[in-house]
Amino acid sequence: MSRSRFSLGVTACLLAGLQRELLLAVRSPGNTINPLMFFVIAISLFPLGGGADTVFLSSIAPGVIWVTALLAVMLSMESLFRSDFEDGSLEQLLLSPQPLYFQILAKVFGHWLVTGLPLVLLSPLLGLLLALPAQAYLPLMLGLLLGTPTLNLIGAIGMALTVGLSRSGLLLAVLVLPLSIPVLVFGAGVVNAALNGLPMAGLLAVLGAMLALALSLAPLAIGAALRISVN
Amino acid sequence: MWQWFYKLGSPKYFYDMTSGLLPWLYTITFFLLIVGVVWGLMFAPPDYQMGDNYRIIYIHVPAASLALGAYAMMAAMAAMHLIWKIKMADIVAKVIAPVGGMFCAVALFTGSFWGKPTWGTYWIWDARITSTLILLFIYMGVAALRNAYDSTSAGAKAAAVLTLVGVVNLPIIRYSVDWWNTLHQSASNLSLRAVGANPPEIWIPAFFMGFALLGLFLIAIILRARNEILVREKRTLWVQDLLQNEIEQSREPSHHA
Amino acid sequence: MFSATNLFCERDERVLFTQLNFTISAGEVIQVQGANGSGKTSLLRILAGLNADFTGDISWQGQAVNRRRETFNAGLFYLGHSPAINKTLTPLQNLRWYCACHGFSDDTAIVLALADLGLAGYEHIPCHQMSAGQQRRVSLARLQLSVAPLWILDEPFTALDKQGVADLEQCIDTKVRQGGAVILTTHHALQLQCPVRVINLDELQGVGA
Repeated sequence: MSRSRFSLGVTACLLAGLQRELLLAVRSPGNTINPLMFFVIAISLFPLGGGADTVFLSSIAPGVIWVTALLAVMLSMESLFRSDFEDGSLEQLLLSPQPLYFQILAKVFGHWLVTGLPLVLLSPLLGLLLALPAQAYLPLMLGLLLGTPTLNLIGAIGMALTVGLSRSGLLLAVLVLPLSIPVLVFGAGVVNAALNGLPMAGLLAVLGAMLALALSLAPLAIGAALRISVN
Repeated sequence: MWQWFYKLGSPKYFYDMTSGLLPWLYTITFFLLIVGVVWGLMFAPPDYQMGDNYRIIYIHVPAASLALGAYAMMAAMAAMHLIWKIKMADIVAKVIAPVGGMFCAVALFTGSFWGKPTWGTYWIWDARITSTLILLFIYMGVAALRNAYDSTSAGAKAAAVLTLVGVVNLPIIRYSVDWWNTLHQSASNLSLRAVGANPPEIWIPAFFMGFALLGLFLIAIILRARNEILVREKRTLWVQDLLQNEIEQSREPSHHA
Repeated sequence: MFSATNLFCERDERVLFTQLNFTISAGEVIQVQGANGSGKTSLLRILAGLNADFTGDISWQGQAVNRRRETFNAGLFYLGHSPAINKTLTPLQNLRWYCACHGFSDDTAIVLALADLGLAGYEHIPCHQMSAGQQRRVSLARLQLSVAPLWILDEPFTALDKQGVADLEQCIDTKVRQGGAVILTTHHALQLQCPVRVINLDELQGVGA
């Protein structure tokens, strides 16, 4: 057997994993679009339920946008491991000789590119719906840019723990929502600080620190959880 | 020391050892409870600001600290189970979750019943109250995850991973809730924990009650762990012998006469 | 090459096997037999490192596998019940990812392997448009791409037609002749040219302690 093989390093393996994740998103666009639609629809319910007074709306806007983003991220998690678990690709991922830690990072990053990033890009529009003052748009986007990857990583832990269970949707919420509170507090805090003209660099730094911590530790927990789930 | 630790990892040894330990624990806890309750309710002087309301701290403060301490213990057990696959560690981790959650609930209830006369409302989004509430959510999550698994061993490992994720997250939650609270300061300066600044007549009974509740906590853990051991080891010879003896003893009327 | 010592596994308080010992060297085939529910799949998953509910030691080239997981994975090919084929992707995309996970990229080899299994022209068709047997073949194409010396195959003959079965048997024979080792389960009567050792799990069932 003398085939010409191009051996690949870890980086190329990660790129292949990322490419696969993006291909999957293209092939099943619902996985990307549905969380976004949820994001928009849920936010448009607040004025309908709470009143369309602009002062009231702009006062609840930071919290509402962040809570809804958190829920949208959580709902999008289902597509991260579910199909791979069902068709056995997850087993092959765990049996790959490449380091699991980086493969998981590549997978979550790919998932964030197709679900988290669109949320960030869409958020100004929703700010508009909720009468958010102009100075808060950039902080809102920056906060979501730093916060949604963390939410994705935390959600991935919950998803990895529950992917082997038949009805896991609500359980995922019970596990993940309490763990996401710090991101929510500081994410909405950034927008509130911007609204009140307070400095927000420190708050963004805290969000960044949480992201760094999640990037370094969450893949370990996800890997351990996936091994339990395929058992 | 290590050998003792290693032996404690065996369910049979744990069962035998706690059989001897429990009567002592009952006695000590009962004594502490009586002293703490009588002293705290009847002899400790009323607080100059809160009157008699403050007396609820005798349950509230120990319950709140035990709820947090129990999580640390559960996390240590989870780590021991994941790293060394010690069966007994998982049994203890399993039985702590509902007890720890219960202590959270007790802390929250006593806190809100103290809050009504003091702050005029049952619930305030105070930093400590909020953290305790989130801790309760995490306890519930750990227990729910374990129950969702059909396989005992998979459920145990999944719960252990979640417990350890919680350990990393809890200080961050605590910190973020504290920070958030400084923004939305709504609670009055009157805090239940500020009672520590009071004279010794007030906090010494709290000391007794703290240990009494610790005793109750340990009793609850040990009794539940013993049950769990019997369920998990029901096929082993020693459990079958034990049950046989129990049945024979209960049949002999002379023991009870 | 690969050995298991003193394996013990119980599931739902039932002992599946106890004191299971074996060694497999280059050029050998082991067939695991047993009734339904006797733990064949559990054993193969334990050997592959997917199931951790066991006691005992498994070693690969003299070293415990749990210490050198990535080295062991590089030498292992595992085929489970599920095909590990994503149905929305094409065979080429599926196999490219598989190859990348194993550290190489070789589109020509993928196309050749697919053609060998009678799937020439299907490279760019999403797998959900293919029949169950064809999907199975996509999964088996990985066998031809794999250079791993140890194959663990769980029911590899499922959903294959006569020709497919014959091709796969030939593939296993070739592997063994080239110095590979194969552990497999099947309900199909194997017709291999190489000798097959049998481990019967029904004989290994222990009594509850």
